[in-house]
Amino acid sequence: MKTLLNLLTTLSLFSSVELLNAEDWLQFRGTDHRGISDSSDLPTSISGEKNITWKKSLPGRGLSSPIIIGDQIFLTAASTTDQSRLHIICFDSNDGKTQWSREFWATGRTICHEKTCVAAPTPASDGKHIYALYSSNDLICLDLNGNLKWMRALMQDYPNASNSLGLASSPIIVSDTLIVQVENDSESFAAGINLNNGTNIWKFPRTKKANWTSPIKVGENVVAIQGSEGVSAIEASTGEILWSYGEGASTIPSSVASKDGSTLFIPSNGMTALKPRQDNNTPEILWQEPQLRPGTASPIIVDDKIFVINRAGVLNAAKKDTGERLWRLRLEGPFSGSPVACKGHIYIASERKGLLQSVDLSGEEGKITGKIELGETILGTPAIANDSLYVRSDHHIWKISNPK
Amino acid sequence: MKRTLALILLVTTSTILCASSDSIKTILEVGPEGKGNSKAAEAWSKITENADVNSLIMVFDAMDEAGPIASNWLRSAAEVIAKNLEKSGQTAIDPLGEYFMDQSHPPKARRFAFELIRKNEPTTAKTLIPGLLNDPSPELRRDAVSLLINQASSLKKEGNKSAAILIYRQALNSAVEENQVKPISKALKELGVEVDLPKHFGFLMRWKVIGPFDNTDRKGFDAIFPPEEEIDFSAKYKGKEKEAAWAPLASSDSLGKIDLNKPFGMLKETTAYAYTEFESKSSRTAELRLGCKNAWKIWVNGKFIFGRDEYHRGQRIDQYKLNIQLEEGKNTILVKACQNEQTEEWTVQWEFQLRVCDESGVAILASNRKPTPQSEKQTRRPRRSNS
Repeated sequence: MKTLLNLLTTLSLFSSVELLNAEDWLQFRGTDHRGISDSSDLPTSISGEKNITWKKSLPGRGLSSPIIIGDQIFLTAASTTDQSRLHIICFDSNDGKTQWSREFWATGRTICHEKTCVAAPTPASDGKHIYALYSSNDLICLDLNGNLKWMRALMQDYPNASNSLGLASSPIIVSDTLIVQVENDSESFAAGINLNNGTNIWKFPRTKKANWTSPIKVGENVVAIQGSEGVSAIEASTGEILWSYGEGASTIPSSVASKDGSTLFIPSNGMTALKPRQDNNTPEILWQEPQLRPGTASPIIVDDKIFVINRAGVLNAAKKDTGERLWRLRLEGPFSGSPVACKGHIYIASERKGLLQSVDLSGEEGKITGKIELGETILGTPAIANDSLYVRSDHHIWKISNPK
Repeated sequence: MKRTLALILLVTTSTILCASSDSIKTILEVGPEGKGNSKAAEAWSKITENADVNSLIMVFDAMDEAGPIASNWLRSAAEVIAKNLEKSGQTAIDPLGEYFMDQSHPPKARRFAFELIRKNEPTTAKTLIPGLLNDPSPELRRDAVSLLINQASSLKKEGNKSAAILIYRQALNSAVEENQVKPISKALKELGVEVDLPKHFGFLMRWKVIGPFDNTDRKGFDAIFPPEEEIDFSAKYKGKEKEAAWAPLASSDSLGKIDLNKPFGMLKETTAYAYTEFESKSSRTAELRLGCKNAWKIWVNGKFIFGRDEYHRGQRIDQYKLNIQLEEGKNTILVKACQNEQTEEWTVQWEFQLRVCDESGVAILASNRKPTPQSEKQTRRPRRSNS
């Protein structure tokens, strides 16, 4: 009987991580949206001479992050003068060669502010399929071999669901549901999309206000969606609103959750740490720190600290449990992308000249340990997998890793 | 033996074509909100498996009757089939060429066919480009216009002014996109030739406007003010804090901007209407192309076309493309433009730019079009109103 129980437990565990490799980076800021890889070994002191493993050209612009499944890297881009050509490219992570690429026509409006572009949202994956969303509100599902599985033209369905500055919210997968947040001044909504056929499982209107933040997972079946009014926790499978925090929140940097999902750190009144209650009543505010005000980059939690990069490009470290500020370190900004972290180091690329910087967080104060000037404007967030960091610009994707 | 093989080949080909035909039909049935996606995925898989050149052309042909979503499904199938054919050493250049040359096919699909030809026959494609100056596909004509711009630029640098002007003018005749028209216009101006940009684009420059009506709390967008119910130029209505009456407004802006701050003052939380008449030589389909960073609504011949309540998120030429039906003779166009409460410097604009063109972006000029108004020497904005 004990053996049978052990077997069932093992099978259950196996099924819950079905096909997902611990090394995979499946969505914006990683599989759990925290921007952290626990298992990769990245260079801790990066340099252009030692650590650029390969660099490949892209067919179009973009600031979406790469996502990685096994040895495959998936990336979106948009080309032509009006960015009406949508691309999904699959690279081999070993040598950067293109395994396959697909193109589609944008069916929605492609107008964007010059600092963003149509390929702004990062795709999501369940390890079996890629779900790519664009600012034109085209949502495309392909399998890992590039076979088309379904497609939605959300701006055809909802003609005013667009933002003339461009949309950027990245979809995420929670509880076998693709969560899509499309918020603008005119026709805003959040929707849970069926992974198998692209139909709506649920959809409800959201505040008519432009918003570029991405939803994050905060429980097995719970997703937090952020907007100008604050944050709402939604049951991913039904769209039911479980609780709301209504003190307002940023519409650019997104929230981040603690590893166990018990605390939510929201760019609101500076930063606000929120503890959801078991009974879904109004969550408890653990702390608020007005001095921790993120610029465009989303905050990141590493061990017992929260790190926030402000508009001046200063990295602020604070205690995760109290918000008490610890140290500040001026980086070479400005930054549009968000930091990612691996084994006590933060990695982030600046907009100008694409200056990729590594910062050691282990000491009493932060220390910049290395820089690589990629020489192009970088607006996106890096991805980590297979002992490598992947960074993209409008023109190229780089693999950064330790020399073999 | 040969006859048997031929028969097998014939049966196989017929089977593939029959399967492709059924699959294409399934894809054409995809609908809104994901309707038909599952069946379309199966059909896509069938079409792309073991497809031959005939299947590829069937997929292209089907784009003639496909909507935007089905077209994308078909495009993706064609892309995969073309790649598979290339891998197996088969060429589809001849039928793709036939497809490309037939301008009755959708412009985007013809551009795609051209790109497939170019991939395999780059020299041939290059030779074809100069002949695409007046192609219905904006993307195809863009390449041809680019060639002329480069030639004219070289002639200008060499000091051959007359030749440069001629080539630039030929490029301008075919250019439909702002990022080509503006540099051509600038170069011509440097060579002493003025370009009537509003006429080139087909911007509507002469309007009658009425306002201000209320837009407090952004409620004016949904509110129905008298101009939505009647067009009576002699009528006067109760406006926001003052009487509203129709008055002419002509713009001399090179990109056709109708600045509502000029007649009404730099008001906030207000609504105005602009009306014009467009004489069409024939009954035809057309596009209204609008650029506007305020909330707006448009009616053509009294029929509501589209509206959008977004404020100050960006404006550009051809930001919105609206399909309309022009009647022979007089057509009425009514624009509602709302200004909101924001006070930042970048929220001052209360304006729109509207043009009439065909699907390619080529201007359709009204038969009653008057000469473009000349620019005024004093173009300063009026002072901000106290109201």
